[in-house]
Amino acid sequence: MSTRRPWTLSKGAVNGVLVLATAYTLLPLGWLVTAAAKSTADLLGGRSLTAANFDLGQNLSDLASAGDGIYFRWYLNSLLYAGIGSVLCALVCVGAGYAFHVFSFPGKETLFGLVLLGVLVPTTALALPMYLLASELGIVNTFWAVFLPSLVNPFGVYLARVFCAGYIPGEVLEAARTDGAGELRTFWSIGLRMVMPGFVTVLLFQFTAIWNNFFLPLVMLSDNRLFPVSLGLFTWNAQTRAFPEYYPLVVTGALLAVVPLVLAFVLLQRHWKAGLTAGAVK
Amino acid sequence: MTTRATRTKGTARPGSGARPGATTRTSARAAAPRRRGRYGAPAVLLAPFLVLFTACTLVPIGYAVKLSLFTEHRSGLGFGGTETVFTGLGNYTRALQDEAFRDGFLTITQYCLLYIPLMTALALVLALLLDSALVRAKRFFQLALFIPHAVPGIIAALVWMYLYTPGISPVLDVLETLGAQPDPLGHPLPAVVNMALWQWSGYNMVIFYAALQAIPREVLEAAVIDGAGPLRTAIGIKIPLIRPSLAMVGLFTVIGSLQLFTEPMILHNTAPGVTSTWTPNMYAYTAAFERGDYGLAAASSVLLAVVAAGLSFAVTRATRSRSERAREARA
Repeated sequence: MSTRRPWTLSKGAVNGVLVLATAYTLLPLGWLVTAAAKSTADLLGGRSLTAANFDLGQNLSDLASAGDGIYFRWYLNSLLYAGIGSVLCALVCVGAGYAFHVFSFPGKETLFGLVLLGVLVPTTALALPMYLLASELGIVNTFWAVFLPSLVNPFGVYLARVFCAGYIPGEVLEAARTDGAGELRTFWSIGLRMVMPGFVTVLLFQFTAIWNNFFLPLVMLSDNRLFPVSLGLFTWNAQTRAFPEYYPLVVTGALLAVVPLVLAFVLLQRHWKAGLTAGAVK
Repeated sequence: MTTRATRTKGTARPGSGARPGATTRTSARAAAPRRRGRYGAPAVLLAPFLVLFTACTLVPIGYAVKLSLFTEHRSGLGFGGTETVFTGLGNYTRALQDEAFRDGFLTITQYCLLYIPLMTALALVLALLLDSALVRAKRFFQLALFIPHAVPGIIAALVWMYLYTPGISPVLDVLETLGAQPDPLGHPLPAVVNMALWQWSGYNMVIFYAALQAIPREVLEAAVIDGAGPLRTAIGIKIPLIRPSLAMVGLFTVIGSLQLFTEPMILHNTAPGVTSTWTPNMYAYTAAFERGDYGLAAASSVLLAVVAAGLSFAVTRATRSRSERAREARA
């Protein structure tokens, strides 16, 4: 066969390109891991890491004591914003997606069209108006100013509708109705259970989005005890010029802030792939 | 019993977009009881989303439009506070006449022209390579290429900023020993493009890969039987078949690119080329928080959203007419 030769030739090349691309994606994270274990002098001097100057423990204890332990307060804030926010958001999205899939009511597709338009609204263009509105309402610089907007995700509603269509067979709902279960009861005890993989997918993406959000907290918050990790690290980074001892704090803090997300994505591979597939194929 | 409560017609949520005449189309997939008067349950399930969507999307848009039409005037010599005056489109002309604002759009245009083709090509090539039968460890590569997306944008920007800084960066050290004298901080545009490539190529690669995997195997087998090599198959069959995914990625990338903020914000203090109004979003932020000019900030936010809407429409229309053309060609 004439196609045989180029195929065997390119096998090495194909894998080589992928290995190179993997090096590009993973090496910066590798740098972050080693840099988090360096002292200020070693970091700024560009010295490589050895067992003799392994300072991760020192950096962690500096991180815990800096600003009376404000870093772990930020970490807790991020866990609250992203943890509670993503669970509620996923519930809201799956409820709406389920309603769009299961029921028919006047104006349904018009309303769904509005949701799809909502996907296209640039979120950072909204953040500033939201700040101005929140200052009118007097909730600027409060937990709610960051928390409430993070419950909205039109794309989550779209995903939830797609997942409901895939996971919930009509016969099951019909059976529940014949047994006399109310519609809301059916949603809660049957629909939600069946669409649980979709629920986890929306939750995972929303958790990441809230954890990573920077612009909204930046405009809304001025009290640093309310900051999420992202904003806290940003303010520390702004100090590194004047106070180089902040460098290891920023780097070590950044590493700790990455860990839960990387873990979540490694453990929940099936879910994020399902989410991206639903977005890609439908 | 909830059944009885949900049956009453009166509980249907008013103003939920109900329009007479729009009721005839029902989803074929819906496993719904199509009886009348059972809007209670959908209303309850939709209400939380609709309330939040209204409060956090629709109302801010309306409020921004309103604010953008007013300006604050200091009365007298600055004593006695300020008064709000209607200026019509005054804030819009002020923004559009400001060179800094126009420069922001120039930056974004250059950024898009550099970033979008590079990112799409990289993601597409990686997806096609991964889709070819030549690769083992597909799961590993997918995860490894995707993982930068799990890194918060601000931290990705911080890491790359350090990797751009002479003295700290091992990358620059290696390049220097090879005789190159790179100065990424002196070239903020490629520096920011690289940050975005790192964060988004793997993510979009997974989308393309999912679409490629969904191509029916018979189509590809037919191509092989017809004697098409892997390159021909990729260009002639696979890429045209995943066009909807390409369109979707293009759409979201354009919208995301217009909002460019975090990465240049991190570089702002380190790279001299990145001014406080380098992108339209930075311009709006500076207008609101450094100049306290809310009317100007609102007007520039609205202009950005309008440009985003226009581009979304253009991208959607271009890709739709293309797929329609493809359908005609097939017929």
